[in-house]
Amino acid sequence: MLNLSLKEISQALEEKKFTSVELTKFFLNRVKKHNPSLNAFITVDEGKSLAMAENADQLIQSGKKSILTGIPIAQKDIFCADGWKTTCGSKMLDNFISPYDSTVIHKFNNAGAVNLGKTNMDEFAMGSSNETSYFGPVKNPWNLNCVPGGSSGGSAVAVAARLAPAATGTDTGGSIRQPASLCGFTGLKPTYGLVSRYGMIAFASSLDQAGPMAISAEDCALMLDVMTGHDEKDSTSLNRKKENYSNSLDKEIKGLRIGIPKEFFEDGLDSDVQKLIEAALKQYEKLGAKIVDISLPNNYLAIPAYYVIAPAEASSNLSRYDGVRYGYRTKEYDDLMDMYFKTRQEGFGDEVKRRILIGTYVLSAGYFDAYYLKAQKIRRLISNDFKVAYEKCDVIMGPSAPSVAFKSGEKQEDPLAMYLQDIFTISTNLAGLPAMSIPAGFVNNLPVGLQLIGNHFEESKILNVAHIYQQNTDWHLHSPKGID
Amino acid sequence: MDWDIVIGIETHVQLRTNTKQFSGASTKYGSEPNSQACLVSMAYPGVLPVLNKESVNNAIRFGLAIDAEIASRSIFARKNYFYPDLPKGYQISQFELPIVGRGKLSIDIGSDSKDIRILRAHLEEDAGKSTHGIIDGKSGIDLNRAGTPLLEIVTEPDLSSAEEAVTYAKKLHNLVQWIGICDGNMQEGSFRCDVNVSVKKKGTSELGTRREIKNLNSFRFIKQAVDYEVNWQIERLEDGGKIEQATILFNPESGETKSMRSKEEANDYRYFPDPDLLPLIITDKDIEEIKKTMPELPEEMKTRFEKDLGLSAYDAEGITSSRDVTKYFLKLIDLEANAKLSANWVLGNLFSQLNDKEIDISDSPILPEQLSTLINRIEDGTISNNAAKKVFEILWKDTGKEVNLIIDELGLKQISDVNEVDGIVDEVLKNNSAMVEEFKSGKDKAFNALVGQVMKASKGKANPAQVSSILKEKLSK
Repeated sequence: MLNLSLKEISQALEEKKFTSVELTKFFLNRVKKHNPSLNAFITVDEGKSLAMAENADQLIQSGKKSILTGIPIAQKDIFCADGWKTTCGSKMLDNFISPYDSTVIHKFNNAGAVNLGKTNMDEFAMGSSNETSYFGPVKNPWNLNCVPGGSSGGSAVAVAARLAPAATGTDTGGSIRQPASLCGFTGLKPTYGLVSRYGMIAFASSLDQAGPMAISAEDCALMLDVMTGHDEKDSTSLNRKKENYSNSLDKEIKGLRIGIPKEFFEDGLDSDVQKLIEAALKQYEKLGAKIVDISLPNNYLAIPAYYVIAPAEASSNLSRYDGVRYGYRTKEYDDLMDMYFKTRQEGFGDEVKRRILIGTYVLSAGYFDAYYLKAQKIRRLISNDFKVAYEKCDVIMGPSAPSVAFKSGEKQEDPLAMYLQDIFTISTNLAGLPAMSIPAGFVNNLPVGLQLIGNHFEESKILNVAHIYQQNTDWHLHSPKGID
Repeated sequence: MDWDIVIGIETHVQLRTNTKQFSGASTKYGSEPNSQACLVSMAYPGVLPVLNKESVNNAIRFGLAIDAEIASRSIFARKNYFYPDLPKGYQISQFELPIVGRGKLSIDIGSDSKDIRILRAHLEEDAGKSTHGIIDGKSGIDLNRAGTPLLEIVTEPDLSSAEEAVTYAKKLHNLVQWIGICDGNMQEGSFRCDVNVSVKKKGTSELGTRREIKNLNSFRFIKQAVDYEVNWQIERLEDGGKIEQATILFNPESGETKSMRSKEEANDYRYFPDPDLLPLIITDKDIEEIKKTMPELPEEMKTRFEKDLGLSAYDAEGITSSRDVTKYFLKLIDLEANAKLSANWVLGNLFSQLNDKEIDISDSPILPEQLSTLINRIEDGTISNNAAKKVFEILWKDTGKEVNLIIDELGLKQISDVNEVDGIVDEVLKNNSAMVEEFKSGKDKAFNALVGQVMKASKGKANPAQVSSILKEKLSK
């Protein structure tokens, strides 16, 4: 059951080689065995998962199976799931049992998938190392002294260590792609608005987007087929015809124009990582693609703009955690103000507080124009850079992260160094574009990810381009040793 | 010293929709606390707002009714502040680009009419309610109202007295009910006014510092609060003091206003466009569709009543002061009652009784069918106006009684037989020769005395007009 693709698992279930209950037990056992060292899951509920598996087995028995029916999926703890503790990695929601399903969870449930558990994450998805979680840091299975990346670190490790066949993540500034790069698997952030945000706990609403995290592009495509679709409950959800993403994976890529932004290969990129990215591009040339030099001149402004817009939205989104209706409330307080102060002081971690402070500041009277409005202008400039670039190329490629996984604790005291982890991923969130990270080799036995950025709604194209690469390489099939 | 009073009003109108501004929860008033608090009302993690189209249509109706610009693109923004009855920690409102732009509402001041400029009207959501003292030593929060659609209507500072403020508020109150966007129930908070008051030396152009009286939910309170506040400000200034910008509350029990927070304590609301909602786009076609469903507006109806029915401006204004009054009046006209008499009776006797007993005209014990019969009996000369008042009093007390029956029972029918009146006049002339002499020697007053004598002799049943003409004829002989 280990190392099978989703398609293979689906087929095995169909052919009754094993049942969903057996499969689910298999992965639950792996979680039980390895979670103490990896800390990838916050909540595991065998009873609930097995009940879903039994249900799936009945569907399979009665011939009502769809592709993901019976397959256990690890769900990032940012997705509200009815009856499940949903913490978003925060003490603030440590006691929060969601009374409803997010649209993403609902869609997986409808497809008959099994919820394998809720995965660890940076608190409120704020972080690039999964060290800000109230539930402790997640360890990188390739080297337990290293971080897995973040914020979807738990889902990343669940996939990389094969604790789950696939997982969900969310990506506000790189939270799917950077951990995919650091843990060596395939992750996709769709076009903004393609996957409903309903029930996905908000960090920065104009940037948050959910996506699949799995071994291969093909697996991601199958997941995406389930996750996308217009949702009336999310006003920013795009109302367009639902596509099938797993149909066009095998298309030839001869003549494909790959744009290489020179800004992605300047300061800050580790030279060993750069070599592997260049090797991957060579591979693409061998497969018939053409390399085109492009420029994203405003990319250097992406991080400053992001660290105005995202905290601004977050400061407002996180106001609801006040101890009044649900979640953490301080034990002793004198009056309302005291209750607010203590609850938020005790309930939020440092990184969350830092961003609330930044966000509150940039929205304040007198600073709004200089920060928030200016950042929105930069956002338009960045979008425009991509627009211009896509006149010359079909996909854009570069590194997903500036380096391989770094040591735990290394950047914890230096937020700016941590923020630079997302230097290659953030601009696509600001522009709302779809992007992927796929494994492209190893430096010192740590994975390196190649980033593929598509134009709006071109998930099919980047999945196709990634799939062809994976048909000709096996980087994505490597798994960490010692996790058996 | 003489002072100018400058007043602007922000009115929060609860829109008449079944569901909330951004969720499917019911907006019904008076339900069990928190029984209408859905996950969105309670701001659960992960929930998102979805705009109620009905409330957008209501806002467009209002825009059309005040002849305003309706924005083809408007933006929802977040107004951030912490309060227990504000579950999200922000209110979704409109800030920079409101749905309704500049318009106007004209009010009658004495015999003049004055245009009050409306600066804007924007959509937003109501907060919940905090309750104190229900649970021992604790505060409770009821989120049933949280998220109820509101239209906030903002005037320019065009009002210059408490009376004008009340007149404007009444006019607006009528209009929003008239076009069906608000139930107008002030006690339940469906229509609440924040009144900005400042004073300046007469004739100067620079505005004084304003203080905002929050949440006035009755016309009487508006009058009292503004009067008190104006006096307070003038006294303070005349004593050499200064007015500080502040938000104040009116206490109906003491009749005084009291500062709630000063400018320094004011919140920085950190407005920014709500990333959960797309810009609201309204097309010309949308507006045209809604135009088709608009009723004739009170102003239009008023003009029509003056022109077609010959009502005075004052009467036409009164008759169109509320949809229910208009409805009652139009029913009288349908029953072929004389228009002017109908207006007089509705605005006179009927109103004074209704107001006295605090009864709504739609619940009037005297039905339009009865009043129209009464008016018709006056017009066809069956009874005099005075007799009609007696019938009206009986109708008010003994509801459901037939008008013609009362007239018969009390014997109020006028003597309309010329010969009979002729006889009485002859009799009176014979018995009052002194008065006749007086009249003939030029004392016009004597004529009225003679009319009085004839009326007395007829026990009030003669028609005064008829008596007068017969008398004139006989005396001129």
